[in-house]
Amino acid sequence: MSVKAVKIRNVDLKYDEQLVLDDICLDIDEKDFMAIIGPNGGGKSTLLKLILGILKPDSGDVKVFGRDPVKSRKLMGYLPQHINFDPDFPINVFDTVLTGRYHGLFKGYTDKDREAVLKVLDDMEIKDLKDRQISKLSGGQMQRVFIARAIVREPKILIMDEPMASIDPEMQSSFYNLMARLNKKMAIILVSHDVGAVSTNVDKIACLNRKLYYHGDVENSAHGLEEIYHCPIELISHGIPHRILKDH
Amino acid sequence: MLEIFQYPFMQKALVAAVLISVACGVVGSYVVIKRIVSLSGAISHAAFGGVGMGYFLGVNPVLAAIPFSIVSAMAIGGVRQVAKISEDTAIGILWSVGMAIGVIFINLTPGYAPDLFSYLFGSILTVSNSDLLIMLVLDVIIVVVVYIFRREFLAVSFDEEFSSVTGVHALAIYLLLLALVALSVVVLIKAVGVILLIALFTIPAAIAKQYSYNIRNLMILATMLGIILTTTGLVLSYIFDLASGATIVMVLASAFAISYYLNG
Repeated sequence: MSVKAVKIRNVDLKYDEQLVLDDICLDIDEKDFMAIIGPNGGGKSTLLKLILGILKPDSGDVKVFGRDPVKSRKLMGYLPQHINFDPDFPINVFDTVLTGRYHGLFKGYTDKDREAVLKVLDDMEIKDLKDRQISKLSGGQMQRVFIARAIVREPKILIMDEPMASIDPEMQSSFYNLMARLNKKMAIILVSHDVGAVSTNVDKIACLNRKLYYHGDVENSAHGLEEIYHCPIELISHGIPHRILKDH
Repeated sequence: MLEIFQYPFMQKALVAAVLISVACGVVGSYVVIKRIVSLSGAISHAAFGGVGMGYFLGVNPVLAAIPFSIVSAMAIGGVRQVAKISEDTAIGILWSVGMAIGVIFINLTPGYAPDLFSYLFGSILTVSNSDLLIMLVLDVIIVVVVYIFRREFLAVSFDEEFSSVTGVHALAIYLLLLALVALSVVVLIKAVGVILLIALFTIPAAIAKQYSYNIRNLMILATMLGIILTTTGLVLSYIFDLASGATIVMVLASAFAISYYLNG
């Protein structure tokens, strides 16, 4: 039997005595494309940080490929929600992506790392921007750079926090094409407060608002969404095809 | 005009200008891009507590400032981890408490503190050989540490959260960076004083940042600018008989204004 990419069991987490995550159990398989949906403040980013090992649960257990998240970090690629850097930050696209290949103290980047960076820039169709200073990019280009940085060490899971927030609506379909391509090689977890961000490519949904209300196939998720948003939800994607769910 | 450099005190001041510019160019670049200017201001003011302690104990105030500035740097950098106090609040507290400790130590020291003013506002013309030696040693430490940890410093300055996911021990690297800020403060104290030194941290790197997209070039350019601008300030202060620290700061500020204007 294969090991789950992510296995979360009975996880509780508190901030200042307030329960942010309540008894969460969640499995993610090796080639899953999962969207974690829920209102702002519902604990989505917190859950990602548990998977990444940035936060530790107060109780319960998180395993990534059967090991402690910190030990599995080499298998994870991460796209943070906000990257709050100085607009003149002295770094170009190439060096930004290269930081994704970090090996440890006293270990420099090798030619293999540099080749990997060029390859991923080529893959993301931003190779011609490699010498460009990072803030001299459009929102969509910058997002590709940060996705490149996340996947440059060929992770088994790509973890993205609100990836739709930083790109224009018309770029969503090309974003999802890219995700579909990456999904052949790795599991993808994305978090969004926007139900519309879920597209045809997503094959599993988890509805999170402190508790996990539903997780499973997209088709059956409407009830879970209603529960966390406290109103009926119609699932429509902005891409093509428009409707991802049957009428219900 | 060059004859003024035949005076030994001027030669020492010139050496001091080079030594402070290295600390400013290298560490100042991180201070500016990591946006820890006010934090560095707090460390520099807190260092005055060490200066006062040096007077009280009868040791070189520059040396006594080292533990003070390092401890305050660690306190500000680590406060979020151990207590519910924001970094901003910690900056405000340590900024003034360090100064207050310095004043009290000087009160407790019998007699008059003759060159106290020079630690507040700087006196690059009175740096001693032992001051220069301390500055040189600290510069060497700073450059070596930055060379060894350049990848980590860059990663943490750019995106702390992502860097920790790739395996950088972000907090430890951040504290190490703050320790370097603390050492740089000590390098700068004698030349421009605790109150004015933040200008030297900030301005050369801020000017250089307009011209360079590469951290190494940024550091080199900031160091060069530091040498040129502090020397200019030094000469002007001599010609017009003005306070050296204040003149240097005004030259830096003018250069920043001109550079900003030229860059549109």
